[in-house]
Amino acid sequence: MSNIPSDLKYTKSHEWVRVSGDIATVGITDHAQHELTDIVFVELPDVGRRLKAGEACAVVESVKTTSDIYSPVGGDIIETNKSVVDDPALVNREPHAGGWFFKIKLSNPAELNALLSSENYEKQIGG
Amino acid sequence: MKRTALFSAHQKLGARLIDFGGWEMPVQYTSIVDEHLAVRNAAGIFDISHMGEVTVCGAAAEEFLNGVLTNDVRKLSPGLGQYTLLCNQHGGAIDDLYVYKLSAEVYLLIVNASRTQADVAWLKARAEKFPRRGEMILSDASHNYSAVAVQGPRVKDFIADCIPGASLAALRVNRVTDLKKNQIGEFHFDHGGVLVSRTGYTGEDGFEIVGGDKAIELAWYKVLAVGAPYGIKPCGLGARDTLRTEVCYPLYGHELDEQTTPIEAGLGFFVSDGKGEFVGGETLAKQKANGVRKKLVAFKMTDKSAPPRPHYPIWVNDVGAGIVTSGTQSPSLGIGIGLGYLPPESAGPGTKLEVEIRGKRFAAAIVPKPIYKK
Repeated sequence: MSNIPSDLKYTKSHEWVRVSGDIATVGITDHAQHELTDIVFVELPDVGRRLKAGEACAVVESVKTTSDIYSPVGGDIIETNKSVVDDPALVNREPHAGGWFFKIKLSNPAELNALLSSENYEKQIGG
Repeated sequence: MKRTALFSAHQKLGARLIDFGGWEMPVQYTSIVDEHLAVRNAAGIFDISHMGEVTVCGAAAEEFLNGVLTNDVRKLSPGLGQYTLLCNQHGGAIDDLYVYKLSAEVYLLIVNASRTQADVAWLKARAEKFPRRGEMILSDASHNYSAVAVQGPRVKDFIADCIPGASLAALRVNRVTDLKKNQIGEFHFDHGGVLVSRTGYTGEDGFEIVGGDKAIELAWYKVLAVGAPYGIKPCGLGARDTLRTEVCYPLYGHELDEQTTPIEAGLGFFVSDGKGEFVGGETLAKQKANGVRKKLVAFKMTDKSAPPRPHYPIWVNDVGAGIVTSGTQSPSLGIGIGLGYLPPESAGPGTKLEVEIRGKRFAAAIVPKPIYKK
């Protein structure tokens, strides 16, 4: 049973978004980390990179597979989490907290309306 | 997709299932790393029922097999097996397999699941041209057998409690743990006997158990129950792949294919020099004497990087020189490791390489095989 905090928004591709003002923090969901299991490598976008909503911008690798991570919203990357680069297993241990990937300054806050609520994400993963 | 007799056992354990050569097989139960380390440090059990079984019986069986397999079948006494390869006329590998001599005129071949059909078609075509074909019977017996591999340093401490007593056929031993590497015995077990060999694909000590569906289903549950105090875990194909990669065992379709010879794959030890003619033997003898165009190497990443994966390009001195055939993060070593083909002049241990990962190159170095040693 996955942990799906109700204060976050979600994507069909298993990213979560935490919004504070015009800044969104992005990571991968508890369900995603559980599916990937042993995460051994995380590659993050450069600070300053401008992203469109849905653009592939990070990579997470488990022992078995490589998965692309997509930006849930458009904007400029303002900060990335070095801790998950140094200790990729942090994503397994704390997917919604210390295991965040990057912070993005929203270029179009209206895009947030297209994201899933916790209830709808739970339905999607058959939670 | 085909399912093994253990399918419901995998479902009960919550296994994640994948398509492997047309079989719906468990890739992992909990975590590849946990399952891998269980086999390195304690014990693990794998469903290998998807593998194929071919029997060759009769007075001419030995002569036939010696004409199609690379190793010397005549070295086998009853109750002994050997690793060997089946090659085409050009020395390319049709499959790699184990052949066991069960008794004077009875041989059992354990072949890769994905190659069973190709192997049987090839063997039958060769048998038709074999002068003594009337003195042997070749059968695909895969549907009669299921199998499990029980692997790890603690297995010898409890396997005799799972399969008690002396063997009845093949090699005669008083107890299953008296079997030595590559030996095989037939043991009494519920629902008929089972064949037990001291073999595996993990680099650890262990046993493989082959028998009817019901016997193997029972063996699966018995081994898990008896092995529980020793830390046994059910293990999927994910851990099987990382374990064999660390010890540099080839996987058909990765290190071996019909365009690649056993000599190129570094398996010359399993290609007999003195046994006389066999299919592909001429090419293989020439390669042994004159060298090869490509050579399988093992490497470790020396830069911090994403894990190497199959098909990634390998660079030597700024030249694209080869391709990764297997690659992963090594659960035992905590670094990226892999296997790949390079020209022989660039294949010496210590050679510095670069592996291209998503358009960027990362430093690696060729290391002696196996990559992981106890």
